[in-house]
Amino acid sequence: MALMFSLRRIVPLLLGLSAVALIVAACGDNDAPADDARTAADFAGEELVVLVHDSFAISAETIAAFEDQFDVTVTVVLTGDALEGLNRAILTKGNPEGDLLFGVDNISFVRALEADVFLPYRPAALDSIDESLIFDDSGHITPVNFGYVLFNFHKAALAQAGLSAPATLEQLALPDWSGRVAVQDPNTSSPGLQLMLVTIAYFGENGPYTWLDFWRDMRANDLIVSDNWTDAYYTQFSQYGGGAWLVNSYATSPPAEVIFAESPLDESPTGNVIVPGGSYRQVEGVGILRGTDKQPLAQAFIDFMLSDRFQSDIPLNMFVYPVVNGVPLPSEFLEFAQIPTEPAQIDADVVAANLERWLDEWTDVVLR
Amino acid sequence: MRPSRLILIPALGFLALFFVYPLIEIFRQSLAPNGDFSLAPFETVLGDSFFLGRLWFTAWQALASTALTLALGLPSAYVFARYEFRGKTTIRALTTIPFVLPVVVVAIAFTALLGPTGVLNEALQSIFGLSQPPIRVLNTITVILLAHAFYNYTIVVRTVSALWANIDPRTEEAARVLGGGAVAVFWRVTLPQIAPAVLSAALLVFMFSFTSFGVVLILGGPEFATLEATIYNLTARLLRLPLAAALAIVQIVFTLAVMWTYARLQARTATPLSLQPQSAATRRIRGRRQRLLIGLNFGLVFLWLGAPLLALVERSFRGAEGYTFAFYKALENNAQEQFFFVSLSEALRNSLWFAAVTVLIAVPLGTVLAFAVARVRGRWRPIADALAMLPLGVSVITLAFGILIALDSGPLDLRASWVIIVVAHTLIAYPFVMRSVLSVVRGIDERLHEAAATLGASPTQTVRRVDLPIVSRAMLVGATFAFAISIGDFGAALLLSRPEFSTMNVAIFRYLSLPGGERLGAALAMSVVLMLVSGIGFLLIERFRYRDVGEF
Repeated sequence: MALMFSLRRIVPLLLGLSAVALIVAACGDNDAPADDARTAADFAGEELVVLVHDSFAISAETIAAFEDQFDVTVTVVLTGDALEGLNRAILTKGNPEGDLLFGVDNISFVRALEADVFLPYRPAALDSIDESLIFDDSGHITPVNFGYVLFNFHKAALAQAGLSAPATLEQLALPDWSGRVAVQDPNTSSPGLQLMLVTIAYFGENGPYTWLDFWRDMRANDLIVSDNWTDAYYTQFSQYGGGAWLVNSYATSPPAEVIFAESPLDESPTGNVIVPGGSYRQVEGVGILRGTDKQPLAQAFIDFMLSDRFQSDIPLNMFVYPVVNGVPLPSEFLEFAQIPTEPAQIDADVVAANLERWLDEWTDVVLR
Repeated sequence: MRPSRLILIPALGFLALFFVYPLIEIFRQSLAPNGDFSLAPFETVLGDSFFLGRLWFTAWQALASTALTLALGLPSAYVFARYEFRGKTTIRALTTIPFVLPVVVVAIAFTALLGPTGVLNEALQSIFGLSQPPIRVLNTITVILLAHAFYNYTIVVRTVSALWANIDPRTEEAARVLGGGAVAVFWRVTLPQIAPAVLSAALLVFMFSFTSFGVVLILGGPEFATLEATIYNLTARLLRLPLAAALAIVQIVFTLAVMWTYARLQARTATPLSLQPQSAATRRIRGRRQRLLIGLNFGLVFLWLGAPLLALVERSFRGAEGYTFAFYKALENNAQEQFFFVSLSEALRNSLWFAAVTVLIAVPLGTVLAFAVARVRGRWRPIADALAMLPLGVSVITLAFGILIALDSGPLDLRASWVIIVVAHTLIAYPFVMRSVLSVVRGIDERLHEAAATLGASPTQTVRRVDLPIVSRAMLVGATFAFAISIGDFGAALLLSRPEFSTMNVAIFRYLSLPGGERLGAALAMSVVLMLVSGIGFLLIERFRYRDVGEF
């Protein structure tokens, strides 16, 4: 069998291929002047590009419903983790990769506003969202969902060791939990960063026992630090064969364990560690990227994200809570996810002003 | 212009457009956003013991990983080069499978074997009645080196055996007849001949370990971050671009120095070889001693590479109530009707399509560059060689962000196109083709060209009828790596991912982004399919032959 080695034949082929690719990529942009007073029919044939972080998920039917309603195509592009997506938007300011960016949260939005990458938009449905969830008063980022970051415990492992879940964060530094706690590096992981912020709010920067004292004690107590959530959960957590009985994760992880169980379960194998002030509430939102030529359609998409159809589809896809009041939750959420009553109070402006220093200090104490 | 020069134009155009231009753009925007170039970030980087420590750690772990990989790979390379036995191609295909597996999955396999409740620890604890697990390698430097050797073993085996198999065994036989001992013959006759390939393999393993990312962070832990991981963080998460650019340039300068040193060494070791078809150099296994030697070698390889792979296969069938196919069935069945669900068949199609296009671009590109570099004379050659290898030393995230801002308008706005994924794969893959081909091109006896010219062959005819048959084997080795790099890629596909472009690796990543036994099971099942498909791919590539010149 002869392999086509002739370079003279391959090179034109490659040139042809790349030409085709270029043409395909260039098509599909269907420009139209922005105009607020347009009806659905005016969008016909347009393509809306929505940039999302890699935890975004929704039913195919839900996206199709929007596409059918406006006769448009929705292209979803994953842009890495949430921080990375925002940074890409800042880097490409004025000539964005897409029309909307989903995944800006109640901490990172300060950087987004500073960089001025979003156009303002206040959808009517904001009225049916709890006041405390509307984190951007300037009206650029619309909240879409929220969730909690906290420790999960492995029930079987705790039962075997004769321990109950810790009631304070201080207890984590006790010998009982030596080598049994897994967290993520705040430099590389969003839940890791959120836990770091919780400890700063919980212990404070000054006083007899600061947040850095806590982390120093945790390190001395053989704290396990992972690079990312997946590694912490699937290789360090004792539920999956690791050594850690507690892992920094989400309040909705226990219901996910039931929903994605290998065989039907009556009870979740994991539970939430409920510590007053010891959890983080993250609200994620969406904004229209400055530089888009599809502002009206982008606004229509934000309205759609706050509709019942989209909101009620959020829990079982993204495993977070919908922001709009009165949207029904799946039974597993009600049964297996204990919602922390007092999440940590964190001021986004203070975070923006101090984050780099905190990360350096944390890295000094825990990793170096 | 001669046709051989003409062919260089698309190759250099590709590199200029997709590599040089984006890099210059990102460095310009990072270091001179307002037109004023500042050296301050370099002072920060070079004056900070933290960053220098990272560089030092990155370099020495890469060197140690290379030494370990060579020590494990060379004996196998010898066996593959010199012996003919049943199942040879299958075993060789198996050795390449680790190369395509995502680190997260390998970490799960390593945990299942070596973790605190892993197979090995539980066995040792029950045999010796220990209360604590005796083996604690996870999150140590040991596991980093082991994992790098696990991944890169195949580079040494394939690169070295490709050349070794074509080296005339009569030189060794003559040395033995003249009274040389086995060790002396290896050092003074064999090693000088295979040195180009050994150096090539060492350079590739070094570069892969040097820019290693997931292996170090996930298996070693965050305290072991490499320079590459630090650059990633500074760029993607912290957007401290000036610092990131300074570090990326330090990394480029360092890798250029390494590659230049390598190219100098290479030029000094290259001697015209009398290359023979493989059939002349291989022999059947005879006698107890040979059988034992080869058995030992494969026993080691089996334990080494096979155990983690088998652990994955076993785990992908193990359900709560005994063995089951349920996880495999879940791969086609979108229970939640998720928009992002990629069925096995879609993921498979995407992975294979990207891999095929990558091979089709990387093989000619690498071959053309190899011939071009071989033609450069004098002291420019090491420089040309080092420059052509540069994509292996450039931080992936730096290049990706460069592409975002450089290729962003008109027909070149490829940011949402699959073309970028293939381009990224090609940039990592073609240096493998080039290295592989170059180590053979340099061994071609100049007299063959002279003879061809005397017989009236045009330069093009000489390339087609003399050079290409000789390098075809090396091109196939390069093709295998191009295929493996593309199908095993994770980073580039994630940097630009649309649901409809999801590859098998992206699907595995998405399965593991939510908790649940079923999701872990599905991720492992997908990994097993990935192993199987890659293995078949490697076997198919090996079946290609150039005309009928036999196995060169």
